[in-house]
Amino acid sequence: MSLELEFDDGREVFATEEMTLNMGPQHPSTHGVLRFIIRADGEVMRSAKADVGYLHRSIEKIAEKVGWRGFMPYTDRVDYVAAMTTNQAWAMAAEVLGGVTVPRRGEYCRVIAAELGRICSHLLAAGAMGMDIGAITPFTHAVRERELINDLLEELCGARLTFNYMRVGGVAWDLPPGFGAKVLRFLDHFEPYVDELDDLLSNNKIYIERLAGVAVVTRERAIAYNLVGPNLRASGVKYDIRKHLPYSVYPEFEFDVPIGMGLHGSVGDCWDRYIVRLHEMRQSARILRQALEGLPEGPVIAKVPRNYKPAAGEIHVHVETPRGDQSWYVVADGTEYPYRVHIRTGSFAAMSIIEELSRGLMVADLVALIASFDIVAPEVDR
Amino acid sequence: MQAYLDAVATGYPTLPPFVVYLLGMLAFGALVVFVFILPVAGITSWVERRVWARIQSRIGPNRVGPGGFLQWLADGLKNLLKEDVIPAAVDVPLFRLAPYVVVAGFCAAFVALPFAGSLIIADLNIGILYVSAITSLVVIGILMAGWSSNNKWSMLGGIRSATQIICYEIPVGLSIFPAVLLSGTLSMQGIVAAQGWAPTSWHMFHSPFLFVAFVMFFVGALAEGNRTPFDLPEADSELVAGFATEYSGMRSLLFFLAEWGNLYVIGVLVSTLFMGGWQVPRFTDNTTLLTVAQFATMFLKAYFWVFVAMWVRATLPRVRVDQFMTLCWKYMVPIGLVNVIGTAVVMVMLPNGSAVLRWMMAAVAVAILVQFARRVRFHLRRADYGRLGRISEDPA
Repeated sequence: MSLELEFDDGREVFATEEMTLNMGPQHPSTHGVLRFIIRADGEVMRSAKADVGYLHRSIEKIAEKVGWRGFMPYTDRVDYVAAMTTNQAWAMAAEVLGGVTVPRRGEYCRVIAAELGRICSHLLAAGAMGMDIGAITPFTHAVRERELINDLLEELCGARLTFNYMRVGGVAWDLPPGFGAKVLRFLDHFEPYVDELDDLLSNNKIYIERLAGVAVVTRERAIAYNLVGPNLRASGVKYDIRKHLPYSVYPEFEFDVPIGMGLHGSVGDCWDRYIVRLHEMRQSARILRQALEGLPEGPVIAKVPRNYKPAAGEIHVHVETPRGDQSWYVVADGTEYPYRVHIRTGSFAAMSIIEELSRGLMVADLVALIASFDIVAPEVDR
Repeated sequence: MQAYLDAVATGYPTLPPFVVYLLGMLAFGALVVFVFILPVAGITSWVERRVWARIQSRIGPNRVGPGGFLQWLADGLKNLLKEDVIPAAVDVPLFRLAPYVVVAGFCAAFVALPFAGSLIIADLNIGILYVSAITSLVVIGILMAGWSSNNKWSMLGGIRSATQIICYEIPVGLSIFPAVLLSGTLSMQGIVAAQGWAPTSWHMFHSPFLFVAFVMFFVGALAEGNRTPFDLPEADSELVAGFATEYSGMRSLLFFLAEWGNLYVIGVLVSTLFMGGWQVPRFTDNTTLLTVAQFATMFLKAYFWVFVAMWVRATLPRVRVDQFMTLCWKYMVPIGLVNVIGTAVVMVMLPNGSAVLRWMMAAVAVAILVQFARRVRFHLRRADYGRLGRISEDPA
């Protein structure tokens, strides 16, 4: 039993016996089936090692057996909190390999669906963040707003969680009549709500105290660990796939890429990661308004042969999901089945940095840390 | 109560007096526990769930009885009938005992709580000291539960509870002190008697120091009741369920019963120390009527603070352990010491208090309330959610 413990950064604390804690796979705030092996000295952690794989469902392997068009429903399950963007990634990969051009209206439908999905996902992230810090009310409020989007998407494609809306070559269904008006009505209601969330949660003194300056990821560390999406942008790196590797019709829209400003602590702390998501919801609302305004007429899906066989080749597709750059590496061998599919997801990238960040934090901070990275367990394991 | 038992003891010379007293105490204790404490704690659970639900745009329990009012009975019955699981590796005697210690701790506090001018089980001359001591028994129970569960999350919860009591007991003690100084007694009835029914005669408005002490006491009391933002021992998102992780059925429920019951104790203490307790204007000479009015006043005052605690719990996030310790030791203890000295100085300078100061303090309190209401109103969005309905419905 040692009485002095030295951390890597030279801090010395009074220490007693080390204790190993298993956080998960069943734990209320691991956001799915995740496990952390915590070596702790009382409340202070020496390390929290992530143990992933509890939700591995071989989705990439399944792709090799179900074919190009049959794989679409499975992509919903990669990230069930934001299924639209995952749909889009797969559709894009298949289209580029097969040389299919999506009609413009189809692309607009995709953008509308994807941005609604992004708001959905960020709402859940922000609410769950509050929940993990101990504030229960923001979560139910966020879910209440999310329910409205779910209603919209249900009307669009019949599903509320696993949408299976997009197809190789476009989208399955055109927007239902009056859909645009309903989305606009929702946005009018929603934009003030984000300000309300600011009042309720973001600027709460205790909330700031818990998050500001906790688990700071510097710009260099964020790039070195290949963080993506809001987690990267919170560290001050202005990088958004929609802007910097543009796909679909995103270049036609005006929107900003919010980055972490270190308003209450230093750039790249938990609070920055939270607030970036809040700002992104506002930007998504902006994109939605523009997309609804400029919605072109025409078909929503291109003519694609029933037996879809793209030419042999390989492709690396990047899509900006709510959890960041989701890159799909797809190899085609000219048959009706993909030869190999690999997905690299944002949550997976974020898992790798948790062990480093957790050193010297308290157990209560680990919960904030996991929530701030917006980790969705099925996306880690696929 | 005492007089009645004395009469009984002399009336039945065949029985030794201590048996009469013991039976009398048991009967009266059981009466208070089952007729008042348990229903209050149970109904508080229903009220809390309904209040939360309103704040969180939900409905809450509304199936059992009118408005779900009997939900607490259904839950209690369900938990009584559930299997009492005792995990294999726990320290069985301690594990079984812990919930009873917790419940005993909070029930025993009711002995010295004044319900009305003539309604108090025992007006101890050290009443407030007794209450603050006996409620610490709850922490012993929690520590027992955490330690005996043989679960690291439980243990962390138990240790957190022990840490917490060391932190909050001193500020709470220091904030009780000014009220005791003013009243010149530790007896609960004495403290109430030292105040009047009018808000300006409450201890709260005696001087700025008392007002600060009042706020500090409420904050400390929230910690004492394991309420958000200080619900560290059972932090559900961090420690699973803290000390209660391994408990199930009625034993688990007893912990929560103690928590809800403690809410009421907190409310009574705040009202007694700072808000004039059961004091009502002497509007009638009918003692029964007066007692009922006093009881109702006390209950409403106490329940107002219960409601505020619920509101706080539904709104605020949880502080971290080290932040809580910082708050208590670095801020509340020094402020508490200043309060005690300041109160003493004010008492020497103004032996009879100052009506001007009291009115000023009351005005400050009103100003704070008005500003608070204004802020809340500002933040409240138009309640357009009801009008909006399901977005999918066509706009009418």
